Amino acid sequence: MRPFNYSRAETEKEAADAGSDGATFIAGGTNLLDLMKLEVMTPDALVDINPLDLKSISTTDDGGLRIGALVTNSDCAADQRVRHDYPVLSKAILAGASGQLRNKATTGGNLCQRTRCYYFYDTAMPCNKREPGSGCGAIGGVNRLHAILGASDACIATYPGDMAVALSALDASVEIRSANGNMRSVPVTDFHRLPGDTPEKDNVLETGDLITAVTLPPPPGGTHVYRKVRDRSSYAFALVSVAAVAKMENGKISGIRLAFGGIAHKPWHDPAVEDVLTGESPSEALFDKAGEILLKDAIGQGSNDFKIPLARRTLSAVLRQATASGASA
Amino acid sequence: MTNKFEMNDPVADLKLDRMKQGLVGSPMDRPDGKMKVSGQATYAHEWDVPGRVYGFLVRSRHPRARVTGINRDAVMQMPGILGVYDDKRLLRNPAQGMADEAPVQGTEEVFYLGQPIALVVAETFEQARHGAEALEVSYTTLDDGVFDPETANIADDDRGRKALDQGDIETAMAQAEFSLDETYRTPGHNSAAMEPHCSIAEWDGDQLTLRGSYQMLKFNRNELADSLGIDPANVRILSPYIGGGFGSKLGIAPEAVSAAIAAKDLGRPVCVTLARQQVFDMVMRRSETRQRVRLACDQSGKLTAIGHEALVSNLPGETFSEPVVQATHFLYGGATRRLGIDVARVNRMCAGSVRGPGEAVGMQALENAMDELAERAGIDPVEFRKRNIPEEHPEKGIPYSTRKLHEALDEGAKRFGWEKRSAEPAKVREGEWLIGTGMATAARVNMLQESQARVTLTAEGKAVVETDMTDIGTGTYAILTQISGDMLGLPPENVETRLGDTDFPPASGSGGSFGASSSGSAVFLACEDIRKQIAEKLQADEADLDLENGEVNAGDQTHKLSDLLNGKPMTGEGHVVPGKTGEAVSQGTYGAFFVEVAVNSTTGETRVRRMQGTFDAGRILNEKTATSQCYGGMVWGIGIALTEELMFDNRDGHIANRDLAEYHVPVNLDVPDIEVHLLKERDPWASPIQSKGIGELSICGAAAAITNAMYNATGIRFRDYPATLDKVISGMAD
Amino acid sequence: MQKTELTINRKKRSIEADPRTTLLDALRHHLDLTGTKKGCDHGQCGACTVLGNGRRINSCLTLACMHDGDEITTIEGLGTPDDLSPLQAAFVRHDGYQCGYCTPGQICSATAMLQEVAEGWPSNVTEDVEVAPPLSREEIAERMSGNICRCSAYPNIVKAILEAAEADQ
Repeated sequence: MRPFNYSRAETEKEAADAGSDGATFIAGGTNLLDLMKLEVMTPDALVDINPLDLKSISTTDDGGLRIGALVTNSDCAADQRVRHDYPVLSKAILAGASGQLRNKATTGGNLCQRTRCYYFYDTAMPCNKREPGSGCGAIGGVNRLHAILGASDACIATYPGDMAVALSALDASVEIRSANGNMRSVPVTDFHRLPGDTPEKDNVLETGDLITAVTLPPPPGGTHVYRKVRDRSSYAFALVSVAAVAKMENGKISGIRLAFGGIAHKPWHDPAVEDVLTGESPSEALFDKAGEILLKDAIGQGSNDFKIPLARRTLSAVLRQATASGASA
Repeated sequence: MTNKFEMNDPVADLKLDRMKQGLVGSPMDRPDGKMKVSGQATYAHEWDVPGRVYGFLVRSRHPRARVTGINRDAVMQMPGILGVYDDKRLLRNPAQGMADEAPVQGTEEVFYLGQPIALVVAETFEQARHGAEALEVSYTTLDDGVFDPETANIADDDRGRKALDQGDIETAMAQAEFSLDETYRTPGHNSAAMEPHCSIAEWDGDQLTLRGSYQMLKFNRNELADSLGIDPANVRILSPYIGGGFGSKLGIAPEAVSAAIAAKDLGRPVCVTLARQQVFDMVMRRSETRQRVRLACDQSGKLTAIGHEALVSNLPGETFSEPVVQATHFLYGGATRRLGIDVARVNRMCAGSVRGPGEAVGMQALENAMDELAERAGIDPVEFRKRNIPEEHPEKGIPYSTRKLHEALDEGAKRFGWEKRSAEPAKVREGEWLIGTGMATAARVNMLQESQARVTLTAEGKAVVETDMTDIGTGTYAILTQISGDMLGLPPENVETRLGDTDFPPASGSGGSFGASSSGSAVFLACEDIRKQIAEKLQADEADLDLENGEVNAGDQTHKLSDLLNGKPMTGEGHVVPGKTGEAVSQGTYGAFFVEVAVNSTTGETRVRRMQGTFDAGRILNEKTATSQCYGGMVWGIGIALTEELMFDNRDGHIANRDLAEYHVPVNLDVPDIEVHLLKERDPWASPIQSKGIGELSICGAAAAITNAMYNATGIRFRDYPATLDKVISGMAD
Repeated sequence: MQKTELTINRKKRSIEADPRTTLLDALRHHLDLTGTKKGCDHGQCGACTVLGNGRRINSCLTLACMHDGDEITTIEGLGTPDDLSPLQAAFVRHDGYQCGYCTPGQICSATAMLQEVAEGWPSNVTEDVEVAPPLSREEIAERMSGNICRCSAYPNIVKAILEAAEADQ
């Protein structure tokens, strides 16, 4: 770990000012310190934002929820409103990491979680995300964890988190305070980027931007499913995960939101998949069609080829479960 | 006078069974338990050594190269940095188990990516770690790297190790009623002991004290001394608590030698602990294997031929080769046999012993093949195995010592409810889950090793047991306390067992499952020495002594031990050496695994729902710790079957998944409530205390029972490990 | 150097250390509290688990200087060899360990985990996340999956926790 200056921000402005000067925010620190120890990330300055008043969950004017950026994953998953109105979010958070990590990891920090690509984590290896221009070690190497959708010649890494997958299915937004104090809201589905030629940029945050909250629209109702498929039964990253919020009316799918983890550089959201399902009666043929649309551009890299059938199978199983109740809950 | 015993004949006298104190065999709590659960047990890193500084190893970033220079000056200018060492004595990789001499030294020539090449020492851990990462190293790359064992050229003297060619296997296969010829692959494994390797080296003049995490101290002392070029008499190693070994701490390792070199130069104690990634990079791997298994049997299911030929790998210059076919030599009959191991020389990190070397992966393939041949022959897999238990060793013609394989298979089947099983695959379904059951035989060779111990009866009538034996979690503190407590008639609180100090009599060390029997026998013999001295005092026969609760009874006399000692301590020394029984009979340990799995028909995920193990390992010294050892082996079986795999990048031989997030050892939820049943047995050929090894038996075949159950659940045979979900769904119809 | 004042095991402690120092290394190198173990240093094994303001955390993935004013409880604060906590005693009775290296983390983790269950927190194996689940074998196994035990004492760890939890009811 390289030496750094440590300071605490008591106000959002203090934090943003430090951020504008190039400091890196630290909240839970569970991923940042992990990467700093390996010198994958080497900030000169850390600003501890834990003193900020961003630790509460409140109801918004439109009946949704505002989850402060410093609300821990544990507190978010255990919140009665989240459990009752947005169970897919509780489920996704609980499917990730461990009890200890969830107690430190925060809502804002978790959105910024970096890839688990083996080559990103190893400074002896080339990696365009860690060191732009050095090449991609994962292409042609070991790539079990890697992307099947939206990858580029520069990077085939995946976004590893669970929470953001559920947030994508819930049509949540990220509330961001810019360096100049202006607030903006970015849909979670637009928050993370595809790698393209600049895989070093995981998301749309600019220098000095501070995530202040995640906002959820009014409770969507319906059946909530989060299914995570991984290499052991707990405490492992997703190979494929699917978040679904489905509403049924008269035996037909009246509305559905789907998002996918473990298959791309961002939580994957494809409106075309939802469109083909909406208004239809659930059937295996319909689920297959949804899978075809989802995966029509999917490309395997060798050791992750299996993710293509796995994503299709998992989607079908999730749709089966999400539409089984027959009517809106 | 040392009570020395050479194991040349079976021991008819089951002395421990006549002892009155009733400790041996009982599920006694570990005497070290309270220290462990309260955080008071001192592991290597935790010794309070005033003035200590920290070292961090630098790894090679190239797989095959020559180091042409290091930018020492730049790092020396960083805050807190005390020294940068690239001494010619640094180790390329750890010593193999029981090497007793230095492994390959000098790190200028790089043989694998991740090889240690220098040590950076600083006042604080944080400074040393950063200094090591910042050290600029220049290399000349060498272009003769070989990274894929399956495409490597194999030298003549690396072919056919432990080979046997008995009869003509091609003919036997052609003439057989039923036969099987399949190839199995198992990947590399990491021991992943929870405590990373650590050494604190401290010099006092020419005397070196190393507080380390090591399994076999008498060998480690010689290995360390040889590495440094000093007299072993000047080396003391302390390892009273070891945070898991599993073979990874058998031989002296790079961190110890580098710490000693730096500490000597700086005149300060130096602590070097490996980062978890370095444990993956530079300690020991279990070799990957490719195993061709050929089996042939007649109409009645009697094996007529066994072929088991393996390809394993190691670094150039290493003598160790994964002994894949070890149990195949003695487990099943069949007159025609072809066994052997080829070794590919690759630029991957060093291969060495990992829990159950040989059988852990060899039994896996053999027991998969047995399951498949049983099915081809239309015979129940339990019955098929019972029909192939040979009368005598199928190659040497010698008898077996005790061997309750038949009983283990029957008892296990009964406890598991095997008769309720559907033999036809893919027939039982619960929602998305396909349910299946499977079984496998457990088998592992048994060994006794030279071991010494000293037991002192203090004037107060308490016992102090001393040996440089280690407890790597295996329960040594418990069993040595129990043996001496029984032999001397003392409750466990009046026995103090001291381990892990080379100042104590040299023991076998922990490895090869021989630790308990070997060190236990030495303690038994030391106690017998004391009993003889007591008998002499009482002018009685040692065999007539009854010792219990601090009292000795001989005929009509009863004395308190403390009275008898009359203020003078009494010391006994025990020394066991292996002898002719090792060759006169075939000694092994045996058992059976029964498993129920659920395989998800959608995602291919597998969950082990039930796991039953029945084992015969001679006398069980502590039912509780022996059971825990069996849990351990069986859970390793879950890992080997389903999740564990070192993922090598064949472009440069480096390990991609070099941490515990991506090398998947089983977690709590992966493990069901395992049932272990220990058969009652005494093996008079094995050791003076009739016990045998148990630490590794329970891994040997366990993975096969799981994949055999997966076959029963899905109809898919798994021959390429681990049986991860991608392999499951690729075998499933859509 | 960064000065940090915190309460550890009910005692006020102060350290002045490189800001890079993790809470784990502060305990082990600066405060002579070596009961907390380093297994992976990256939040991948749970051996370093301590209680921070009552919640279980990985002490390896947090900087000591971020805990100014916090209350930390380590294994040494839960019980001593002569006065074990009920969970510690249950681990001894059930052989809920072998080498002992992951054990302090397991016990700290279990101590806090039982509190989480008491507060009604759901887990990934909870059927309906809206309803507080009863403590079952499966719930314990899932919630303890962030604590790796390579000796694989898992069956006994679960038994020890179940027994301690039931005794507490």
